Amino acid sequence: MVDFFTTTNLGILLLTLGQCLLVLVPLLVALAFLMYADRKVWAAVQMRKGPNIVGAFGLLQSFADFIKYIVKEVVVPAGADKFVFFLAPMISFVTAVVAWAVIPFNEGWVLADVNVAILYVFAISSLEVYGVVMGGWASNSKYPFLGSLRSAAQMISYEVSIGLIIIGVIISTGSMNFGDIVAAQDGMGILSWYFLPHFPMLFLFFISALAETNRPPFDLPEAESELVAGYQVEYSSTPFLLFMIGELTAVVLMCALVSLLFLGGWLSPVEFLPDGILWMIIKMVFCFFIFAMVKAITPRYRYDQLMRLGWKVFLPMSLGWVVLVSFLAKFEVLGGFWARWTIGG
Amino acid sequence: MTQIDYGRAAKYFLLADFIKGFRLGFKYFFAPKATLNYPHEKGPLSPRFRGEHALRRYPNGEERCIACKLCEAICPAQAITIDAEPREDGSRRTTRYDIDMTKCIYCGFCQEACPVDAIVEGPNFEFSTETREELFYDKSKLLANGERWEAQIARNLELDAPYR
Repeated sequence: MVDFFTTTNLGILLLTLGQCLLVLVPLLVALAFLMYADRKVWAAVQMRKGPNIVGAFGLLQSFADFIKYIVKEVVVPAGADKFVFFLAPMISFVTAVVAWAVIPFNEGWVLADVNVAILYVFAISSLEVYGVVMGGWASNSKYPFLGSLRSAAQMISYEVSIGLIIIGVIISTGSMNFGDIVAAQDGMGILSWYFLPHFPMLFLFFISALAETNRPPFDLPEAESELVAGYQVEYSSTPFLLFMIGELTAVVLMCALVSLLFLGGWLSPVEFLPDGILWMIIKMVFCFFIFAMVKAITPRYRYDQLMRLGWKVFLPMSLGWVVLVSFLAKFEVLGGFWARWTIGG
Repeated sequence: MTQIDYGRAAKYFLLADFIKGFRLGFKYFFAPKATLNYPHEKGPLSPRFRGEHALRRYPNGEERCIACKLCEAICPAQAITIDAEPREDGSRRTTRYDIDMTKCIYCGFCQEACPVDAIVEGPNFEFSTETREELFYDKSKLLANGERWEAQIARNLELDAPYR
């Protein structure tokens, strides 16, 4: 039986499919509850109760929403390019989900243990902008088009600084594999996680992640007061659902990246507690909570402010940090605080 | 060369505004919720609330309305239509009393004009219908409303009496 799954082509295919489902199904179920949590947090800050009717405490609200989206009619604008119109949400969804292939949840719990994992995630999350741009263009409508243009400019701007921030982490680790990056943060519990040596970059990364995933305060592509809903205006039913899930998956992916790169992934914050997937989940949920809080408390940036922040503040800061970390790592300052490969990481 | 405001710059880079906002957000996170679970919970209504109309009866079952048509005359939206004839016992009564609820502006002039407190605007505000026709109320519908809401209407009139 074991031979069947490791040697025959069919067996390997089935095994891979099974592994994909093992990641995807819990992820999508978790997304449903995270969406609910998002709305609850948002509501709580505004002194509202949030969804509380469907299921106990409204826990099944997201599932009710999913069913509603699926059974609704798909409306296609008369002037739309049908093929691209339907391709766009699929790209948005698939690229968001595909990135999870290299995200480890525990030591060795990863679908594809590739050496350039971080580059792969970066490349895939860059492709997400295609879904948005295609959706905005194919709708053949003014607001979606403007929204998608904004989104393209915004996502590209902040990818630059995200890339540079990641380079700092790669320099410290000497590897692009997530397993190695987390292993390099092992040692003295919470004190050896990367958020300490890369302290300002944690915030830069987080803010860039907000911009990258079109979350408030950078939700200009869907600024409802000026663009109605941006590139999603003409979408309804399942295509809209795909856009929405894609967006949320990207947010959770960013939470996973923050916890892997800066908060030590599945490592326990104190040495006497065992490492494990539970810590990874706690860290991701914490990041998501901050995401939700930011959504609740920040007003939307103006377009020129957004561009100024991206190009004139984040880019110089992250670029300078890369140079600084290179020196700190090369000369092993503080006994290799910035150069984990020297202490066996 | 312009002077750099270091205090402001420090605030900017230390995300001072954001931290302040976060603290405020957290304060309200645990604050009591202002939400009313509407269909299950309802807000308080004033005794003067002007909702759905009702035609009232005397305790002995006699209609209050004497077909004076003051309400019809004062109605600014001309939503009320009344026809009247003497009844067999000689008393003057309406044969038709219609209110077009789609025209009504809920100003309450009809109940103020009424000399016998027959037409009143009750406390009910949940009378939406699926068709337009259902909103053309006739006499039987208004009398039925009167029977349904009489207890609350009487109480509201009593509470409001000192101010009339």
